Amino acid sequence: MSGLALDAEALYVELAAAVRAMLRPDTSLVGILSGGGWLAERLQRDLALPGAHGVISITLHRDDFNSRGMPAESRQTRLPFEIEGRHILLIDDVLHTGRTIRAAVNELYDFGRPASVQLAVLVDRDGRELPISAAFSAARISLPREQRLSLERDAEGRLSFQIEAKSR
Amino acid sequence: MLEQRNPQLNRNGELIHLLSIDGLPREVLIQILDTAGTFLSVNDREVKKVPLLRGKSIFNLFFENSTRTRTTFEIAAKRLSADVINLDIARSSTAKGESLLDTIANLSAMHADMFIVRHGESGAPYLVARHCAPHVHVINAGDGRHAHPTQGLLDMYTIRHFKRDFTNLTVAIVGDIVHSRVARSDIHALTTLGVAEIRGVGPKTLVPGDLREMGVRVCHDMTEGIRGADVIIMLRLQNERMSGAMLPSAGEFFKSYGLTPEKLALAQPEAIVMHPGPINRGVEIHSDVADGKQSVILPQVTFGIAVRMAVMSIIAGNSA
Repeated sequence: MSGLALDAEALYVELAAAVRAMLRPDTSLVGILSGGGWLAERLQRDLALPGAHGVISITLHRDDFNSRGMPAESRQTRLPFEIEGRHILLIDDVLHTGRTIRAAVNELYDFGRPASVQLAVLVDRDGRELPISAAFSAARISLPREQRLSLERDAEGRLSFQIEAKSR
Repeated sequence: MLEQRNPQLNRNGELIHLLSIDGLPREVLIQILDTAGTFLSVNDREVKKVPLLRGKSIFNLFFENSTRTRTTFEIAAKRLSADVINLDIARSSTAKGESLLDTIANLSAMHADMFIVRHGESGAPYLVARHCAPHVHVINAGDGRHAHPTQGLLDMYTIRHFKRDFTNLTVAIVGDIVHSRVARSDIHALTTLGVAEIRGVGPKTLVPGDLREMGVRVCHDMTEGIRGADVIIMLRLQNERMSGAMLPSAGEFFKSYGLTPEKLALAQPEAIVMHPGPINRGVEIHSDVADGKQSVILPQVTFGIAVRMAVMSIIAGNSA
């Protein structure tokens, strides 16, 4: 924990405004678990969007499976709408190396061929390792590689950012 | 004293081989069942394949023939994007006199990553696990009368799917328990997962009294064995047991222990009927029961693929 000047709640307000502007009638929100899932759930409600949002688990498309193996706890992708021909707006908390987004796009394509895929995040952190960028980010920051930036959600649903040393 | 480590687990207690359910902690069983749930949903996708084991070579070593089991492992491996090599080993090198360990050494030299082993001798997969290279993983697909752990796990997945919780269940296993590696694996798994009661049902020759030592209630009377059960696992009556002193005839067996609609009516109204297949209609199970609404025999087959995907991906992700 550090005195990081990233107010997740304030950034969320900016994200919600941007997402509202990006929406088309045939757009579906898809959050990347777990932080992006919380955001998509809240956006779906706050923006009063029809239907349900989707969530994506990247477990089956991770590129570090050989070194990390299967997680003990498995969460599932849930896409309660037809992907084929749909405009997908991916939501995540932090965009960093881009590897999570690569895996999420692969997972998405296992369900069909969307018309387009865009990405909106709370925080764009430097350190990209793939040619991926966000259509919208509420903040841009730079952090040392050894640090992990993660979104947390408390019992009341309030969001906050935590910085920790990477466990490996 | 030197601590004897379970050969299936690494130093961190993670699964590296699946040889037997006996000795596996509850958390490992639950992890496999939960992961299988994730893989089950892969069947609903347009692309029924995930890249977790891309570039890995999985060898099916069936020293004992079983087209069906081999096929389910093959489908599971292919849905994980592994390369699968089926060796008709019963008719090849061993027939020429090569020893099991020489066969393994040769296949290891071909850069295998995983062996799926079925063997007529109990313990053969342990021998393979002990002598293969450290990066190679072994799954027991049935060894002698000893164990058939993936069948046991898919049975547990099926029970959890239909009954949610294990703790209040009475499970009746009916038929040739003494020769059944499926029954043994089921009994270990059910015990670890904490069911209320396990019954072993069948004639004295096939359901010996010493099953009691495994915590099983032995019932030689079918009515007593079935009454009030939540889950009925019928075992296949193997034709080779029919001759000799074990059993008088298939007809006699069906009369006493075959599962008919009348006998099934003694169980709980919501009881499920399971069978590892292939079924012998009119020998251990009546067609009306096998095809009836309480039968979950076909879901078992579907779950079996997801469970085998889970086991393969978990062990492949853990290193010795």
